Amino acid sequence: MSHQGPGQDPVQDGSKILLDPERMRRTLIRMAHEIAEHAPDVSALALVGIQRRGVELAERLADLLEEYHGARPVTGAIDISFYRDDLGVRVAAYDQPVVRSTSLPFDVEGRRIVLVDDVLFTGRTIRAAIEALFDYGRPQAVQLAVLVDRGHRELPIRPDFVGKNVPTSRTERIDVRLAELDGVDEVSLESRRS
Amino acid sequence: MHLISIDDLSVEQIESLFSTSDGFLEVASRPIKKVPALRGRTQVNMFFEASTRTLTSFELAGKRLSADVVNIKASGSSVSKGESLKDTILTLESYRPDILVMRHDKVGACRMATRYTNASVVNAGDGAGEHPTQCLLDLYSLRREFGDLRGMKVAIVGDVLRSRVARSNIFGFRKMGIDVRLVGPSTLMPPGVERWGVPIYEDLAAVHDVDVIYLLRMQMERARGKVPPVPSLREYSRLWGLSPARLRPGQRVMHPGPINRGVELTGDLADDARSLILHQVESGLAVRMAILYHVLAPHPEGDDLI
Repeated sequence: MSHQGPGQDPVQDGSKILLDPERMRRTLIRMAHEIAEHAPDVSALALVGIQRRGVELAERLADLLEEYHGARPVTGAIDISFYRDDLGVRVAAYDQPVVRSTSLPFDVEGRRIVLVDDVLFTGRTIRAAIEALFDYGRPQAVQLAVLVDRGHRELPIRPDFVGKNVPTSRTERIDVRLAELDGVDEVSLESRRS
Repeated sequence: MHLISIDDLSVEQIESLFSTSDGFLEVASRPIKKVPALRGRTQVNMFFEASTRTLTSFELAGKRLSADVVNIKASGSSVSKGESLKDTILTLESYRPDILVMRHDKVGACRMATRYTNASVVNAGDGAGEHPTQCLLDLYSLRREFGDLRGMKVAIVGDVLRSRVARSNIFGFRKMGIDVRLVGPSTLMPPGVERWGVPIYEDLAAVHDVDVIYLLRMQMERARGKVPPVPSLREYSRLWGLSPARLRPGQRVMHPGPINRGVELTGDLADDARSLILHQVESGLAVRMAILYHVLAPHPEGDDLI
């Protein structure tokens, strides 16, 4: 949930829809085309989703690449819990860590890999994901595809494929909902009176 | 957060530990079996009582999490010069350890240690008291082998009297919905055992309908200078020792180790595919990594913040 900065006019509670199901579909198709355009060989690519919603997005992009470019890249999932840099920093407020599975059913060594995540924010998740990936081998190249780039980077990380750029304030929240997990395809900007 | 007794954990916390353990099992299958989760943290393993597998598995668990790990054993340390537990802990505290994994021959020593350190204390066995990490790894082994724990039947057989594993396991297993019974000669049952509220059987036939037979090690070394609770190991082995012929289809055998071949079980049963003993050791490493990770690193479910 978001908090509004001081000294501004209050905005109404609630959310603004940034992508509805049809626009999300068109956005993902465009991203798939861009990924194909930059890949020497789509069938040699691997799409690796970052847990949790990146995993579903990687599967969808792989389906779209198959539909429009005739070859489905292999897909995998990566969980970055053990690579986070904020251990113990936010201890008090939370109870238990949630660790999801990592599954890379292909050889990382020498492969072109596209990391897929739903929202790019500070870049710390991506840093951790790159580190995790390198524990499995030395990829030939790693690219980054994100459905939403909301800015506020804290690390020198830049996405290669972006679904939608959304200028946000630090305290707003981007919610990505996907049919597989949440029953609906939707991206919204949540703002709430502080 | 400390882990002193299995009672410190809720069912939800135990299940969360297990899903983290799944992640560490996967890490153990990689070519590079190390993750940076505890980089820069210091883990001190203080073992005032003999142990090989628990110490090794905690040491390896810490190293695979990238922690700096130091082992202190009673022999060869200033403990053998008469330093008190309190002073040993206060001395170590100057190094600002993050985790203190402790084994001690006195019940309650780990609980006491929490008063003198800011580190998270993990009980790796306190005398005849508790051994919560063994209980958690046994539960995790059962979950890997059987899936759902609720409604399972387990018989704990043998030297309950001198076993901290039995104490932790009876309470931990029941917490997770497992039906527990004890089997063994009454001389190996501790005084007051009937107050634990578990059925007790003298005859090994009582294991006929359980899913798992959990054998306890006959702890000969704790009998020194006392009247032995069984007349002879041969007699014990004849009446309560388990052999492959006594297993019914589908039954599995567990043992916390180290095993006494020919006493609690026959040598061929120890090597049988129905024995989960080595599976327990493998589970132990993943669970201990999860414990070290959880005592230091609780963090949120939301993954959109970093």
